[in-house]
Amino acid sequence: MAQSSSTVGAAAGYRPSATLPFGAEFRRQASRRRTQLALGFMVLLPLIILVAFQFDSGEDDRGGRGEFSSMSELATSGGLNFTLFSLLVSASFLLVVVVALFFGDTVASEASWGSLRYLLAVPVPRARLLTVKLLVALAYAGLALVLLAGTALAAGTLRYGWEPLHSQVAAQLEPGEGLLRLLAVLGYLAVVLLAVAGLAFLLSVVTDAALGAVGGAVLLWILSSILDQITALGALRAFLPTHYSTAWLGLLSTPVQTDDVVRGCVSAVGYATVFWSLAYWRFTRKDITS
Amino acid sequence: MRSPLTAARVRRTLATRRRRIVAGAVVVALVAAAALWATRPERTGFRTESALVTVRSGPAGDEPVDLDTTFYLPDGASAGHRVPAVLLAHGFGGTKDSVRSDAEDLAARGYAVLTWTARGFGRSGGQIHLDSPDHEVRDAQRLLDWLAARPEVRTDTGGDPRVGVVGGSYGGGLALLLAAQDRRVDAIVPMITWNDLSRAFLPESTGKPATEGVFKKGWAGIFFGGGGNAGSGPAGLSGNSAAQLEGAPASAGPPSPGPGAGPGTRSGRVPTGAADPSCGRFAADVCAAYLRIATTGRADQAALDLLRRSSPAGVLDRIKAPTLLVQGEADTLFPLSEADANARGIAAGGTPVRVAWFTGGHDGGDGPANDSDRVRFLTAQWLDHHVKGEGAPPGGDFTYSRIAGFDALDRGLVATGYRTRDYPGLTGDDRRQVAVAGPAQPVANPPNGNPAAISAVPFAGALGSLLDGVAGDIPGQHARFESAPLTEAVDVAGAPTVSLRAASPTGEAVLFVKLYDVDPSGAATLPNGLVAPVRLTGLPAEVGAAAPVTVTLPAIVRRIEAGHRLRVVVASSDQAYATPVEPTVYTVAAGDGPVVLPTVAGEPIPTTAAVWRWVLAGLLAAIAVGLAVVLLVVRRRHRRQDSSVHPAYADTPLAVRQLRKEYADGFVAVSNVDFEVHPGQVVGLLGPNGAGKTTTLRVLMGLTQPTAGEIYVFGRRLVPGSPVLSRIGALVEGPGFLPHLSGLDNLRAYWRATGRPWEDAHFDEALEIAGLGDSVHRRTRKYSHGMRQRLAIAQAMLGLPELLVLDEPTDGLDPPQIAEMRRVLQRYATDGRAVLVSSHLLAEVEQTCTHAVVVNKGRIVASGPVEEIVGESPSVLFDVTDPDAARTVLDRLDGVRVLPDSDGHLVVDTNGTARSEVVAELVRAGIGVDRVVPRRRLEDAFLALVGENSRGSGDR
Repeated sequence: MAQSSSTVGAAAGYRPSATLPFGAEFRRQASRRRTQLALGFMVLLPLIILVAFQFDSGEDDRGGRGEFSSMSELATSGGLNFTLFSLLVSASFLLVVVVALFFGDTVASEASWGSLRYLLAVPVPRARLLTVKLLVALAYAGLALVLLAGTALAAGTLRYGWEPLHSQVAAQLEPGEGLLRLLAVLGYLAVVLLAVAGLAFLLSVVTDAALGAVGGAVLLWILSSILDQITALGALRAFLPTHYSTAWLGLLSTPVQTDDVVRGCVSAVGYATVFWSLAYWRFTRKDITS
Repeated sequence: MRSPLTAARVRRTLATRRRRIVAGAVVVALVAAAALWATRPERTGFRTESALVTVRSGPAGDEPVDLDTTFYLPDGASAGHRVPAVLLAHGFGGTKDSVRSDAEDLAARGYAVLTWTARGFGRSGGQIHLDSPDHEVRDAQRLLDWLAARPEVRTDTGGDPRVGVVGGSYGGGLALLLAAQDRRVDAIVPMITWNDLSRAFLPESTGKPATEGVFKKGWAGIFFGGGGNAGSGPAGLSGNSAAQLEGAPASAGPPSPGPGAGPGTRSGRVPTGAADPSCGRFAADVCAAYLRIATTGRADQAALDLLRRSSPAGVLDRIKAPTLLVQGEADTLFPLSEADANARGIAAGGTPVRVAWFTGGHDGGDGPANDSDRVRFLTAQWLDHHVKGEGAPPGGDFTYSRIAGFDALDRGLVATGYRTRDYPGLTGDDRRQVAVAGPAQPVANPPNGNPAAISAVPFAGALGSLLDGVAGDIPGQHARFESAPLTEAVDVAGAPTVSLRAASPTGEAVLFVKLYDVDPSGAATLPNGLVAPVRLTGLPAEVGAAAPVTVTLPAIVRRIEAGHRLRVVVASSDQAYATPVEPTVYTVAAGDGPVVLPTVAGEPIPTTAAVWRWVLAGLLAAIAVGLAVVLLVVRRRHRRQDSSVHPAYADTPLAVRQLRKEYADGFVAVSNVDFEVHPGQVVGLLGPNGAGKTTTLRVLMGLTQPTAGEIYVFGRRLVPGSPVLSRIGALVEGPGFLPHLSGLDNLRAYWRATGRPWEDAHFDEALEIAGLGDSVHRRTRKYSHGMRQRLAIAQAMLGLPELLVLDEPTDGLDPPQIAEMRRVLQRYATDGRAVLVSSHLLAEVEQTCTHAVVVNKGRIVASGPVEEIVGESPSVLFDVTDPDAARTVLDRLDGVRVLPDSDGHLVVDTNGTARSEVVAELVRAGIGVDRVVPRRRLEDAFLALVGENSRGSGDR
């Protein structure tokens, strides 16, 4: 059976399309400490926030940064709001780091261990290697998001109850509707993070240093965020990958404001496509010297 | 070893860096180009002419007055190329400068725009007659004459310019009145303006005439006292928004000297009769009417006649110019009902009318940016069609907008636009009835109207009034009636009605009715701060005897969410209105009917942002298509790939043919390597560091692309990723393991990655070769160098590949292990298998290999069976006591040649002469011979290479 299905001229049982199965790569990554830590933190963070809220002294907090600051005041009003708050506090940095970690580390760390050349000598076709790595990284990034939101939702609901979703930008939303909005927010966050994913993955292919790829992606993201604060740049800012990163807040209003969400999707998908294409282009041509 | 800073590496790094810089520069240039394109100026140019134009107006048309004008003429306009014109009027208290940005916009759209400061304001002369047909309107007629006389302005007939009239508030009123008075006007866009000035300032919400109205003292005071910039129009049509005008009553802007600023200080042409400090620049009759109303809070017929003279209400049937009415939802001065009355009156005469509501107004300013953009667009569309004669008919559909929430990105408000085919008026397409309940409640009227409830503060700022008003009801001074929570959301668009009963000991009551939206947490919102003042007369003293009255509340656009309640509040006082001075206690009870909420089924207007949906869809489709194309191309290329078997090498595990690897910077790592490995052979690839061994192996593993030459494995051409690589097991450039896995798990993970059947792996054999014992369960991070090396060899042997390629396999092994490894390799090269070992150690190759290939500087120096190469060489190494003497002795011997060597040793090519004879010669010459070592060919070949400066061969 193995014989018949193997490729002409190859060893018995070898088929290029069977090399590095998704499951094998998933297990390779699952066994890594940083994967476990990252995912574990996703579970832990909502619990930490939950405990922190227990220490809330009820002191007035000077109003915060405008209308959206109310989201922290409303965090304890129900499980959905608690989840929203958990996402709000982690979206701008923590999730970026985690996604950059999963995508930036995946190829570069193999290169730094030297195991990359053995995978290529199996031979795992280069495009397949990248594809599997990409899919597994996507799976882990998605898993991280789901774990964060899921834990927050479970813990928040247990602690604060299954209440409607409140926000000051719109009327309160019934739990069912609120859950849908929350899923939409989660989906949009996932799409926006694709830009980071693309950048980190490209850097991962270009460099042999895993830290460089992860750190580089995060640094560029921060740079983009800083530039986005400079209003003098005007229309140029729309080209920054972070420009639409907070557009998901529009998903909470009634009716849903999707214009910026759509623009954000275009931006993120565009960036991700460009970066990933470059990564493939580079990796399928480069000499592996690690 | 690799010297880190060889010239070659530096050159190479520089080369790649240069390429990267070029690529980076290209990217930066592209981004800059895109940015330039995105921000490129779209405006066409224009020039301006400022002049004081003297017009003759007044009842007899003979009173001269100077008007301060600015004329904006687009580039290219001339007698040969005439352009349509727009008369752009400013708001009350403003000047021609307050509409400058709108004038510039219109000029950029190709209109000649004439702005002027209305009489009684700024540098213009004359007095304020409140858009009186004999004064302000006649002034504007003279300006039409002026426009008609300009050679650049298009005319319909002689003296009739092609002109539209645009203005907000005071300017909007002028537009309506001018269109009624002068048929030359081709289209008008009056914004946030009035229908009946008397009703605007003396409203009464049960349908009573203005003589019974409740005086809107707050706004009236601002108009009269400050003459502030009250005429802010939408879409910036008077330049400023209310938000920028906080405190406007106290500090009228410099360009708008109010009446109190001293008559005649700016213009010497003010008639002396106006120099009354209580009237400022107001005309005497206007001033007198105001003073009478403000004093009593009631209007007499003379005052009402004066206000009606300045109102379009009576002349609407004479308006024949197509009219776009723009009215603000956040407007407590001229609420939506004013535009509604105008629309009905004009439409009754058969004139095309279009109505648009937007979220700004006298309280809300320009509204959110996207809403003022919409108004701007509607205005341009209307003018383009009706004045310029371009573009499709705008149609008559009704558009309105609602605050949707905050913009997630810039934290501003955003509005959503809606449209319906027909203008539904204030009563909506449909109605929802909501019952409110509550007991009869006493309501105290405070003496002198103090303290008073606050519903809206004029100029309170866009944000406050747009969101929830500044509601504050005084305890004891209001009654509340509440509904049950709504079961479903209601989209209110229009004027709700409320029924109530009231009793008063005096028989009269002035009440203010408000409709709050109360969310489940109890927070109440008064939409836009709008209240309905009512003056009830003939009331009984007991509420039981009172007849229900229906109050029409100001029109609102609001979505009341499910779960929210309606709250009707009836208050006795309001800061914005004049109320009876005497303290009284009224009683208020709910009426006989429910609250009626008019609704409109509007569909959202697709914004330009909808384009992005298509962009997104297009992008996703393009990605899908691109992916499919790439896959097809890859598959086709894959199919076209040479899968033939080179007949000459069909049974040869490895044949390397004229391999050459040249790096991008021109450094040649392998210049010409050519060898074969046959079944059963253990071939040693021998050479000093940097000879090109590793580069050759890298190419062999498909890690590096060769510049030229071919590699065949069992006759199949080997390229990166060739399936035939699966028949090769390799250890190249040291082990590569996942440090966090144990040795065994590493092997398993590796085999899993091959996707081959588990049983083909032969783990047991491999583990036996590795010989790691229990350490195989420890993490490889903790392994010594030798352990890792052994594990790597075991990994290379997994699946028992037909060709085993090992790069420096004995690196890190101790002598017994090396000996064991030799036996393993020799045993491995049976059953048709072959082994290729690279090494820089001569002894290793000699002892392990059956064949050897010696490389140096990227070239093959020697190759063949080891015995053949190793075989007796004619050279001998002598260790003598006196090398110099020995050299002379040996030189004398026939045929014997001393090879250049170092370290005091003599390497001698005996060239057939017996070694014993050479030794005898040396001894005879009295030279002590310590050692005679016969040399072999392999050693010779190798030493010849190593003897040279191996550093010079570079880093390979």
